[in-house]
Amino acid sequence: MVTVAKLIDTTTCIGCKACEAACQEWQDQPFPVGTYDGTYQTFPDVRHDFWNLIKFNEIEHADGGLSWHMAKFQCMHCVDAGCITACPAPGAIFRRDNGTVDFDHDKCIGCGYCITACPFDVPRLNPITQKVYKCNLCSDRTAVGLEPACIKACPTNCLTFGARDDLVQIATDRARTLREDGKASAGVYNPAGVGGTNVIYVLEDAAHPEDYGLPNDPTVPWTVRVWQGPLKWLGNAALVGGILGTFFHYIRFGPRHADEESS
Amino acid sequence: MDFSRRQFFQASATALATTAFGFDLSRAQTRAKELKIARTTQTTSVCPYCAVGCSVIIHTLGDRAKNVKPTVVHIEGDTESPINRGTLCPKGISLKQYVVNDRRLTKPLYRAPGATEWETISWDDAIERMARRIKDTRDTGFVESDDQGRTVNRLDNVALIGGCTDTNEINYLLGKFRFGLGIVTYENQARL
Repeated sequence: MVTVAKLIDTTTCIGCKACEAACQEWQDQPFPVGTYDGTYQTFPDVRHDFWNLIKFNEIEHADGGLSWHMAKFQCMHCVDAGCITACPAPGAIFRRDNGTVDFDHDKCIGCGYCITACPFDVPRLNPITQKVYKCNLCSDRTAVGLEPACIKACPTNCLTFGARDDLVQIATDRARTLREDGKASAGVYNPAGVGGTNVIYVLEDAAHPEDYGLPNDPTVPWTVRVWQGPLKWLGNAALVGGILGTFFHYIRFGPRHADEESS
Repeated sequence: MDFSRRQFFQASATALATTAFGFDLSRAQTRAKELKIARTTQTTSVCPYCAVGCSVIIHTLGDRAKNVKPTVVHIEGDTESPINRGTLCPKGISLKQYVVNDRRLTKPLYRAPGATEWETISWDDAIERMARRIKDTRDTGFVESDDQGRTVNRLDNVALIGGCTDTNEINYLLGKFRFGLGIVTYENQARL
């Protein structure tokens, strides 16, 4: 099955929030009243019932100029996903054949380890159901060959959906066009620290992705790798060793009897 | 149940081989949620908000069977429309709220002069009242001839405004209505 991806060309985003509304409507989630903190942003951050957020980043330059970077923010569907590595419940977070990272909420135990392990800080815990929620790239739509709801809605062609290889090519071409048009630092955001992402950005200022609310060099925390790798096997070995030790101790020395004279 | 030593080894080897090669349980997890619009009735319509006139597909419950009371479950852009080609703006994409909404008005409301509360009136009452007002206004403002005695038959104190999503048929009827009354001041929201 072909690996699908989402391309976000931030240079053509007008911040209309059609993708936000499309996401809420398709996922049958509420349209909550947003918070106002002096920007056009609906919420300060993604929420368990609000998976798709347009970040309105205002960047002041040293020469007094202002950049207004709008960037859609949601689960990045990393190729090397920290949440899958960290998840202790088998099958609660898994990768679909088309490359998207999805949750099985019947198996989620709500421990929140994925929230700590995510380099982009995307998953959110619902305090009522005690399950973790995030964007699933509209798995019900992509499973039958439809595009995700946000991508269909986008009126400025800022969002593109398709095979990952095609989109990487489109993003590279678009970045080259931008550089030729005078945006010297334009580039593609597809961070290698997490093995690449299935959500690819074209940034006008690719040297500073943190201006768009994206981490500069995201990696899965090494503690998660050690804990889910060597430490896990060490723990398993200790567990099995303990059981075997008890068993052989019983065989060799037998049960312990209370000393009648000392009592 | 008797197991010989040979049978035990055979069963163990078979179990090992099938679990190692036959069952990849991770594949079984790739089931997706049911598509909520898989077997809905699709009806094309026009977004009622602005003058662009984007086409939308309204997905309603059921397959038009006689015993089904359809309700709107989802609305999204119509890819066959050359205007929007499937895309919609945030107002258009949240059209479902416009249709399925417990705060939607389904009956005419009337607020008497000086009153603070709206009261529900019947469609007959509402249309009767509107017709009465239009007639009275027209009777007071109708100009049959100008100051030089030329016949003009115009109505100066009523204006007409059309909506952007009015169809040709509605516009035709509005035109008849306007000429019938003699209204000369008319505009369409699409031009504002």
